[in-house]
Amino acid sequence: MTPRRVAVLKGGPSLERQVSMRSAARVEDALERLELDHVSIDVGGTLVDDLRAADADVAFVALHGRGGEDGTVQELLEIVGIPYTGSGVLACMRCMDKVLTKHMLREAALPTPDFFAFSEIAFKELGAGEALPAIEERLGFPVVVKPAAQGSALGIKFARDARDVPEALIAAFSYDDRVLLERHVEGRELAVSLLEGDAGVEALPIVEAKPRQEYFFDFEARYEIGKTDFVCPADLPADVTARAREVATDVYRLLGCYGFARVDMILSAGGETQVLEAQAIPGLTETSLLPQAAEAAGITFEQLVLRMLEQALARDGSPAPAG
Amino acid sequence: MKDRHQTTSHEIERYAGLFAKRTRQMRSSAMRDLMAITARPDVISLAGGLPDTASFPPETFAALTDRIARESCAAALQYGPTEGFDATKSRIVEVMAAEGMRADPDDMVVTTGGQQVIDLITKTLIDPGDVVICEAPTYPGAVPTFSSYEADVIQIEMDSDGMRVDLLEETLERLDRDGRRPKFIYTVPTFQNPAGVTLSAPRRQRLVEIARERELLVLEDNPYGLLRYEGEPLSPLYAIDGGEYVLYLGTFSKILSPGIRLGWVCAPAPVLAKVKLGKQAADLCTSSLTQFLVDAYFDEGVWRRYVSDLCAIYRQRRDAMLDALAEFFPREAEWTQPSGGLFIWATLPEFIDTGDLLAKALREERVAFVPGSAAYVDGRGGSSMRLNFSGANVNEIVEGIRRIGKVVDEQMALFSTFVKKNSGDSASGIAGSGRDDVSDSQSSSEPMADVVELPRRRDERRAQGS
Repeated sequence: MTPRRVAVLKGGPSLERQVSMRSAARVEDALERLELDHVSIDVGGTLVDDLRAADADVAFVALHGRGGEDGTVQELLEIVGIPYTGSGVLACMRCMDKVLTKHMLREAALPTPDFFAFSEIAFKELGAGEALPAIEERLGFPVVVKPAAQGSALGIKFARDARDVPEALIAAFSYDDRVLLERHVEGRELAVSLLEGDAGVEALPIVEAKPRQEYFFDFEARYEIGKTDFVCPADLPADVTARAREVATDVYRLLGCYGFARVDMILSAGGETQVLEAQAIPGLTETSLLPQAAEAAGITFEQLVLRMLEQALARDGSPAPAG
Repeated sequence: MKDRHQTTSHEIERYAGLFAKRTRQMRSSAMRDLMAITARPDVISLAGGLPDTASFPPETFAALTDRIARESCAAALQYGPTEGFDATKSRIVEVMAAEGMRADPDDMVVTTGGQQVIDLITKTLIDPGDVVICEAPTYPGAVPTFSSYEADVIQIEMDSDGMRVDLLEETLERLDRDGRRPKFIYTVPTFQNPAGVTLSAPRRQRLVEIARERELLVLEDNPYGLLRYEGEPLSPLYAIDGGEYVLYLGTFSKILSPGIRLGWVCAPAPVLAKVKLGKQAADLCTSSLTQFLVDAYFDEGVWRRYVSDLCAIYRQRRDAMLDALAEFFPREAEWTQPSGGLFIWATLPEFIDTGDLLAKALREERVAFVPGSAAYVDGRGGSSMRLNFSGANVNEIVEGIRRIGKVVDEQMALFSTFVKKNSGDSASGIAGSGRDDVSDSQSSSEPMADVVELPRRRDERRAQGS
């Protein structure tokens, strides 16, 4: 099924607005090359009206972060009745919330680093500060402190010992009212992108992110040109590759993702894959990992965009096009 | 045309292999993206350094452009000389005279904004690894320029009297022992950006002496000198030195308009010759059109009055910001008390990272400022922020400061719940955690009480920790 007219949703008020604008710009270019009619919407207060006015039969959601990737916009699209790319409301909520993701992984016996999560209320009203030493003892150092819901590397801090923890918590709480303290697992960083097609979900070639030594603990530098080297396909033994792809596919299914997603994991020194998180709407910029993986699988960016749109239109129970 | 768009990720990686080393110095894209949000219309931004161009009378602007169209259309639309028009230079002489400087038109080049002067001087003087000395904190816009020429930037602490010239001398001695000689000292001595402080008269004298004794160049960046809201003006370094070792950077941005992109540099003839070559390579000449605009504007004879109008507006805004800070910022916070210029520098307890705080401020309160780390090359300044009071009106300023105060209060309340229990055994460790080690290395033996960017509250612990 070929889309008649595509509404590209981009921007919005999230902290990842700029990344979204870059993802969308690339999608818009691809749509032009595909000669598909499209209209772009900078997501804001008039979104519902804009969607109705757009006269589109499918929406390409090129949004990242809060509002766009957490099920909010997806819910609105359901209400307005426009099929959209990527995961549905529930899977988006699960992916955006790292704590929820990790609880689900743990319950399903999928490997993920040990963690504890706290809300601001736990500290302010329930005296959670008293529990910090016990947590630190349980997790062991170093600990990674993350906001529960923040797609980019912003707010992720590395605590080498107990003295780093309060500042790291304050930083993480700047991005969300819940934070995650996670045991740092040393190892290789792998990103497994998943893409659905006629044959079901397919794990694409694995991308390995190799931060240059000087940036090793600088999480914000991780996905920048010149500070991290990306290798795709990652140079891994066949059984490790197979295992990582299998785990990623399990995560994808567990969270109920649809169309595509990206699962980030660490390959520990012991050879075990530990899942860190899943991105419901991974970046689609020139430096993003999903497009790199697709390319390594012989899928051009245009083919990728087209496939995402076709999946959106083919979704079971997807609402009838508006108008 | 279509081929232009066919950029794949692998091609990007291939480009990455071609990037010059100096491009690695650029700041994290996450933080850049964050700063981009500060420009959204629903955000109260105290982040920019924007003059209040709305106060410039549109009818004056219309009359000026009309006059240019009638009298000098062809010339205004044409290339001009690399060093700038004589008419522009004579206006510059007038502006510099207003601050007690005697400038010779032959010693100056008109530039595309003051920023180009920083670029051209750095380009002229700096080989990779050469030392540039500047203030700590320094003008955030100078940092990428120094980085792009791979300068080794050394920052000298300030207090309420500006750069600590005693620390400067110590640093110069140390460099001397290592066989290194800085090429130039970059300073904003008057109403400094970002700290808002002014170099005292004795320190001005001493700085010029140091430059002469050691045959060092000083680049005096003076965009705000005429924006004084109280007190007596101090002599610019250029006036004290007479233009031998002090290079002077001036601009029309803050006294007329940043949109016209007109600045200038005064320098000794040999330096100026290189600067001209550099400018030819960069952009051939400064906009003729805006030089004609300045000339026509100065003909009206009202520029001093406009500057004094601006001073009245900014004085009121500064007072509003200082009052709001006193009302809404916590007791532990500190800020500078500028007598002019556009900025106040505020410092919070050191456990607050103002980069992360900005995310919270944008997300929850829709208010923006510049995180202090932008003004340092070495990761310091993490708990400070630059606040601008020229680009927002009084109501916005008060509301903006109230909102920032609110998120700061929340962070402080939260922090107190983490450390209450452990304060006995780990407080000194918290104070001495990673980021601050650097700042202690140079100055731990010095009295810290007046150092601009550091909160006094934890100084003792920091000194112990280092």
